Amino acid sequence: MAEYQNIFTQVQIHGHGEMGIPIGKETRNRAGKPIFSWLLGAFGNAQLGPIYLGATGTFSLIFGFIAFEIIGLNMLASVNWDPVQFVRQLFWLALEPPPPGSGLGIPAMAEGGWWLLAGFFLTLSILLWWTRTYLRARALNMGYHIPWAFAAAIWLYLVLGFIRPLLMGDWGEAVPFGIFPHLDWTAAFSMRYGNLFYNPFHMLSIVFLYGSAVLFGMHAATILAVGRYGGEREIEQITDRGTATERASLFWRWTMGFNATMESIHRWAWWFAILTPITGGIGILLTGTVVDNWYMWGVKHGIAPSYPEVYVPSIDPALGGN
Amino acid sequence: MKLLKVSAVALLALGVQGCWEAPPMESEQIGYRGVAMWQTTNPDVTEPLVALNQIPVALPVSPEVPGAPKAGDVYQNVQVLGDLSVAEFTRTMAAITQWVSPEQGCAYCHQGANFAADDVYTKVVSRRMMQMTQTINSEWGDHVKDTGVTCYTCHRGKNVPEYIWFEDNGPAHAAGMSANNYQQNNVAPKAGYTSMLSDPLTPYLAGEPDKIRIAHENALPLKGQNNNESMQALERTWSLMMHMSDSLGVNCTYCHNSRNFASWEQSPPARVSAWHGLQMVPAINNTYMTPLQPVYPQHRLGKLDDAPKANCSTCHQGVNKPLYGVSMLDDYPVWKAPLNDAATVEPDYSDVPDYLDPNNPEPTAALVTPEAIEVAISSAIRATSVVVSQ
Repeated sequence: MAEYQNIFTQVQIHGHGEMGIPIGKETRNRAGKPIFSWLLGAFGNAQLGPIYLGATGTFSLIFGFIAFEIIGLNMLASVNWDPVQFVRQLFWLALEPPPPGSGLGIPAMAEGGWWLLAGFFLTLSILLWWTRTYLRARALNMGYHIPWAFAAAIWLYLVLGFIRPLLMGDWGEAVPFGIFPHLDWTAAFSMRYGNLFYNPFHMLSIVFLYGSAVLFGMHAATILAVGRYGGEREIEQITDRGTATERASLFWRWTMGFNATMESIHRWAWWFAILTPITGGIGILLTGTVVDNWYMWGVKHGIAPSYPEVYVPSIDPALGGN
Repeated sequence: MKLLKVSAVALLALGVQGCWEAPPMESEQIGYRGVAMWQTTNPDVTEPLVALNQIPVALPVSPEVPGAPKAGDVYQNVQVLGDLSVAEFTRTMAAITQWVSPEQGCAYCHQGANFAADDVYTKVVSRRMMQMTQTINSEWGDHVKDTGVTCYTCHRGKNVPEYIWFEDNGPAHAAGMSANNYQQNNVAPKAGYTSMLSDPLTPYLAGEPDKIRIAHENALPLKGQNNNESMQALERTWSLMMHMSDSLGVNCTYCHNSRNFASWEQSPPARVSAWHGLQMVPAINNTYMTPLQPVYPQHRLGKLDDAPKANCSTCHQGVNKPLYGVSMLDDYPVWKAPLNDAATVEPDYSDVPDYLDPNNPEPTAALVTPEAIEVAISSAIRATSVVVSQ
């Protein structure tokens, strides 16, 4: 017998497009005629569209496109409009914020002005997209878990690119737009502020990040393992506990003495996920503003242990040591 | 399904191709356990270096004859090595030929019958390089220790050392109001193929070196301290560190402790040597390399018309200690220090003549043939022995 909706789904439902619940006069905001794709159906739902755009969605896409173009065209300019180099070096290219020490004024376009403009439009786009997730959740009479979770990610984004630079009084503290450059920035940030591993909020963020992955893996494995008993209908099983729930719960109680419930596992996962950027954002916000060197801060507060000497301790040669 | 398999294989192939250094790697613990103090090396990279970093066999030494005349007395215009005996002088010249111009022989610096003439640019450059070598060994012992350097440390049998560098204003960039990328954000081979500073050498290894230390040692921000040095400033330092790491074939923990890069108390001792190296390289570039600019023919200059310069790779060539720390100074003690005060005089290159260029396929003067060199050397030795026997 064919199994229903496990990756890769072998049985696909193709029929008339599901248009969704009636939404009155807002129906005009639903864009596109639904189409069906076998490949999409292998991974999830075979139906593509319609999408609800509305004013927030439309403007979010427009502003997002403007930001994308500003970043992309400046990257193209940085390789002298050479399309071959643009493709070859794409991961290395970036739109840089103003140089260090240029304050919070409006910089010249070439000296970070484009970066500020791109950040403005990208932020506008992201906030409109958030509004859209909020409005759609309301329209569907859902809870607001998705918009709030998205807001947690936006918090980290705003801390990195806007709030912390404001507190530091310098746009140069912000992150460049670019693939490798933003990763270099991240590592440089840690080195500039004396090793972020000693930042307790960074520690918490790592716990929640890795914890999210563990919970995601445990939960996904559990549900797939009881899929043969209808385990994927988790939400129904919250109120009407069936053999899938019983087996999944027993498995964890037998192996580790404790089990989550069909509902609580999702709260665990949600809180771990949103606490990752929330604690991370706090850690970033404190860096440079109230703490200058996290390692030295860790020494001061007894969280950085000292280890036995392996080498004869060096003395800074700039101070006359050798 | 077939499509999936094909794309999976293609992705895997792409992924493998993207790895620059294939495993297995070797790692060695160099610090206290559990603090990530490791040196990671790849035998595929390090093994080929072994053959490339052996010192050449030393030329036989002629016995010192008491009272033998000095090269400066027998030959004209011997400014740096004049205090050597004629035999040791001839041996040194032969060694330099072996190290620097094994194919062209003496003719790479001496053209025509007059070996004393300063008419070939390479002779003028090599005289300055001899002074530099003696200065490095006598004044920069904090970096080169007792191992020291010779011509061979950099040249390795090549006319021009393989690892030299020129100033680089980065790849072409559109002008006008397009965003400045502050010489970052391109593939930067000099900075370990990162997207950081494309030329980390000019600001740190020539001219007035930029400040390297960006991170602060105070736990909390201090009043009045510039706290806006930011990550762009730190990445500049980091780019230079990538050059050092690449040049020496080591990772960060060869010099730094894993927990606090800035802390000297916990640093491996190599960091102190590296610090002295970072003082030495700009000093030799500013004193010896850059001032030679007017002497070079155009094809030896960089695209910004600057003279070739030294960096960490010039000597190290992928090895933490050049030539694995084997010293050539006992074989060639001439390089240990300047032989006399006159040998350290800094030449004036403000008004240089049109030098001959031994690289030019149509030199104005006749090239000296190997046979002629043979004759010249043996007659020199004969002349010496005549003087000695008298």
